[in-house]
Amino acid sequence: MNVYPVRAIYMAEMMRTRRTLLQSVVSPVISTSLYFVVFGAAIGSRIDEIGGVSYGAFIVPGLIMLMLLTQSVSNASFGIFFPKFSGSIYELLSAPISFLEIVIGYVGAAATKSVVLGLIILATARLFVPMEVAHPVWMLLFLLLTAVTFSMLGFIIGIWADGFDKLQLVPLLVITPLTFLGGSFYSIDMLPPFWQGVTLFNPVVYLVSGFRWSFYGISDVSMVASLAMILLFLLVCLATIAWIFRTGYRLKP
Amino acid sequence: MSDSIIRIEGLSKTFAGGFQALRQVDLSIQRGEIFALLGPNGAGKTTLISAVCGLVSPTQGTVWVDGFDNVKAYRAARERIGLVPQELTNEAFETVWNTVSFSRGLFGKPPNPKHIERVLRSLTLWEKRNNRLITLSGGMKRRVLIAKALSHEPRILFLDEPTAGVDVELRREMWNVVRELRDQGVTIILTTHYIEEAEEMADRIGVINHGEIVLVEEKNVLIEKLGRKQLTVQLFEPLEALPPELATFALIQNEAGDELIYSYESAIQKAGDGGISALLGALNKAGVGVKDLHTRQSSLEDIFVDLVKERA
Repeated sequence: MNVYPVRAIYMAEMMRTRRTLLQSVVSPVISTSLYFVVFGAAIGSRIDEIGGVSYGAFIVPGLIMLMLLTQSVSNASFGIFFPKFSGSIYELLSAPISFLEIVIGYVGAAATKSVVLGLIILATARLFVPMEVAHPVWMLLFLLLTAVTFSMLGFIIGIWADGFDKLQLVPLLVITPLTFLGGSFYSIDMLPPFWQGVTLFNPVVYLVSGFRWSFYGISDVSMVASLAMILLFLLVCLATIAWIFRTGYRLKP
Repeated sequence: MSDSIIRIEGLSKTFAGGFQALRQVDLSIQRGEIFALLGPNGAGKTTLISAVCGLVSPTQGTVWVDGFDNVKAYRAARERIGLVPQELTNEAFETVWNTVSFSRGLFGKPPNPKHIERVLRSLTLWEKRNNRLITLSGGMKRRVLIAKALSHEPRILFLDEPTAGVDVELRREMWNVVRELRDQGVTIILTTHYIEEAEEMADRIGVINHGEIVLVEEKNVLIEKLGRKQLTVQLFEPLEALPPELATFALIQNEAGDELIYSYESAIQKAGDGGISALLGALNKAGVGVKDLHTRQSSLEDIFVDLVKERA
């Protein structure tokens, strides 16, 4: 493991974030704040408490997750897609570095950004809805693991995508629906029994549930199941990336 | 071939579509030389370079870089190589300084602003170091790519058509840079369309066509070996028929009859029919008035065109 290439990639990616601050930080914070205003402050006061938590506070973890997933995926996918698109990826492929170093650089930068964004949104949420975090360490761990995992997923999508349209496809058609249906805005026991069963196949349910548990101590599925699910997903992504670099899929003819 | 810095053995590449870009290529590059790889479009030049640098996975064969297998010992092999690609590919919004420093880090070297400065100055990019790449001209961008490739102090530099689309003055400048690098002990492999470039720069020349190395030769030997000379004699009066005195020479007459073209081997001028002096003597004897003469030595370009045509 050589630290210089990892640092070079990481710093270059963070620099890119700084150049696009408005689009990559300000806009997700504003759009998530809108949810807080509408669902938390305006409508939320007319909805019953869920598990002893006010509706406005209830949706905060889910909304942070929603933003965390979409931002991790789109940021990491763009980070690797763009050099592929512009051709400057030749340098990455000809450099004396292992796939692990490349992943740590790109995914590390994307995940860092997501975590920072998540914390900013959390702080913003407190302005709109009163709440507190019961298990801050677990909260950070869930935040970090989710950011890393979905940045890896984004990295895979960025390599797989051969056009800008495909880059948008997965976040729009997969991540967003799964998150909306993954209990961001409701507890899954509010669903009819059949759909409660179906929804357990949605991986995002476990992420949102575990994350919400770290806030309020209430969850749809057990916290251990949530953690196991994230770790499983992380390993699957890592194995996929290892396979990509071993075979040169979409990278090397 | 004891001191070869790159050794390629039996390298083949068949692309997914079935196109065979390289066929059993064997090639050795000597330490410290400038090697020019010539070939028409689609001959396999870029694929060959890409396979050495790790951008293309070969179907078959092995490449050793300074003794290291470029797949099994890719770190050791690749850190010795700098690659300047053919296309102008850049992170448009980065500054010159940042992108060149990034390359150094990417190749595993600790930061060294002194070295980066030296590289930028030698490529006359120093003044532009804080400019974004998008604001640079094409020639400047090309030089940034060279600076990136030199940022980690490679021992081998690949230049894939370094002077394509570069004006004459800049081309000369780049040749000087390349020569300086060679003087510092860097081995240089360049591909080019401009035969002039190979003729000007290279120590040895390889010709590739249809994915096969057709020929590898010292440049001087190549020109000597294949070079033909031509003497064109312009006459005052057109000749309707060749006088008998000139019959022994293999002369070609132009249509108007006022020019005679005489081909001879540069290496063996005196052989056969006696060479130029005999021809001139014969012309004089036959009373043919000579208006002007000029000779032409076939350039690498002619040789190249002949070679590629022959094997096509």
